Amino acid sequence: MKKLWLSLAVIGALAGCASQEAQKPADVMEGKAAPPIVETATPTPPPPPSKPVVTVPTAPVVRGDPLDPLNPASMLNKQRSVYYEYDSVVVKDEYKPLVTAHARYLSANRAQKITIEGNTDERGSREYNIALGQRRADSVRQMMILLGVQEAQIESVSFGEEKPRSQGHDETAYSENRRSDIRYAGDK
Amino acid sequence: MKNNNPFFLQLALALWLTLGANAYAQLKIEITGFGSTQLPIAIAPLKGEEALPQRLTDIVAADLARSGVFKIIDSGGLNPVPSEPADVQYPTWKTRGADALVIGSVSPLPNGSWDVRFRLMDVLKQSQLTGFAYQVGTNQLRNTAHKIADAIYEKLTGDAGVFSTRITYVVKRGTRFELQVADADGAGAQTVLASNEPIISPAWAPDGARLAYVSFERRKPIVYIQSLVTGGRTVLANFKGSNSAPAWSPDGKRLAVVLTKDGNSQIYLVNADGSNAVRLTNTSGIDTEPNFSPDGQHVIFTSDRGGSPQIYRVPVAGGNPERLTFDGSYNVSPRYAPDGKSFVFIQRASGRFNVALQDFVSRQMQSLTENGIDESPSFAPNGRIILYATEVRGHGILAAVSSDGRVRQRFSADAGDVREPAWGPLIKSP
Repeated sequence: MKKLWLSLAVIGALAGCASQEAQKPADVMEGKAAPPIVETATPTPPPPPSKPVVTVPTAPVVRGDPLDPLNPASMLNKQRSVYYEYDSVVVKDEYKPLVTAHARYLSANRAQKITIEGNTDERGSREYNIALGQRRADSVRQMMILLGVQEAQIESVSFGEEKPRSQGHDETAYSENRRSDIRYAGDK
Repeated sequence: MKNNNPFFLQLALALWLTLGANAYAQLKIEITGFGSTQLPIAIAPLKGEEALPQRLTDIVAADLARSGVFKIIDSGGLNPVPSEPADVQYPTWKTRGADALVIGSVSPLPNGSWDVRFRLMDVLKQSQLTGFAYQVGTNQLRNTAHKIADAIYEKLTGDAGVFSTRITYVVKRGTRFELQVADADGAGAQTVLASNEPIISPAWAPDGARLAYVSFERRKPIVYIQSLVTGGRTVLANFKGSNSAPAWSPDGKRLAVVLTKDGNSQIYLVNADGSNAVRLTNTSGIDTEPNFSPDGQHVIFTSDRGGSPQIYRVPVAGGNPERLTFDGSYNVSPRYAPDGKSFVFIQRASGRFNVALQDFVSRQMQSLTENGIDESPSFAPNGRIILYATEVRGHGILAAVSSDGRVRQRFSADAGDVREPAWGPLIKSP
């Protein structure tokens, strides 16, 4: 029992150290039954509203349609890849805006077609990796269809482990190779 | 002209291979380990073979030694060299420790071809075990040596010899991929297809005259069938999505392939001309790597329907797939043994990928390799050897292991990565 208390105490101490924020509720709890007027109640002036962040492009101003994926200056031209965890086919949250942006473009341009190319790292069976890469490409495809892209606009295919972007054999290389690429008809 | 005569095909193939693309440096073979028993055999030089570009008995001896089940007894220092049964001094061979002896002759024929004869003699019984005569062109001499080795192997072990069969594999050099076919000893490699895009999963037709494979030359996996006789090829499967993992039915009329046209990777049966694709499996997960049973009644395949990739078997006529592997969380790439009694596959254990063999009846599983990076196992048509891909110092090479795990071979190439091997069928002589 003593040991348990001890370890709880240690956890408490650690939690306390973790951040100043974590200590505050404890102070409140320990306060008398009186209305919890604690320091934090003292109104601190809110931080001044931050100035709108303006990113000044270092590159020349985007020429042409900034949302045309075939325009080399467009972000949709540069951001074409979705990366995955090992053995996973789930599109991570950080890539959802990218997929959504492409889906919006495709919904607005019904004649435009794309291929989604699924890839895996080199570990495991080549044919099983073809199937795994296909599921990755299909996960992006499915998301786009839910966002309104027509099925006929998308073909999802798999390269499995056959076309690695990084030739290395470590986790850095592997994480670069677990990937779906969006390729537009008309891309070089 | 349609000609299904196997002898014609073989002749045409030999011709095509001779006239074919540039031959590259051959694979060199290194052997480790030996069979539990080794048959001592002496191979006397064939009378007249010194006139040939290469001594046939060197090829025969190398074949037999490579199998691990023969011990080659020195046959040097004899004068005259025996070439007929009456010439054989049996006590000499007995003293040297040989149980069997090969003798024979090679003589030129007026039409420019060669008459090759050999006899396999039982040293202890002082009698002939077998013997053959061949009339062959110069370009068939190497193959004839392999056939002699096959005849010897079959007579003394009871199993079919596979020295005159061929193998296929893919070589990657930089960004270039070459699908090659070579003799089972790695000699005489010829390029069937060269591409700047990957080529995977070559599969031999049962007639040994065609290959199915997956090529990415059109920025997606498409299954082709290519004739080794004419070099011509047809598209077997190019549906929307990915097309891969071709496997021939034993009668050569159909193939199993993996298509994604209806969603996820599923197994379909398709006629060899690409018509009539019929779905064989039906899951919401991955079904891939089909392989037909030798009797054509079943297909084994890899599926993740149970949560991890495991090996299953389904009747070709339809029915419920049965799970075959339970040990570990990653069992893939199954291939039937030619007798249909067992299958090889790749098993991942602790992050390492090795070749394993499992018996269908007892369900006993045996690990055959321990390299940790092995893939694509394929049986020799006599079931005695399993060819697979592995790596040495970061380079892809082919390796082989006997089905009892005792004899190991490595095929090393001069340059490039070698992978995706498949052992061709036995082609019956006319």
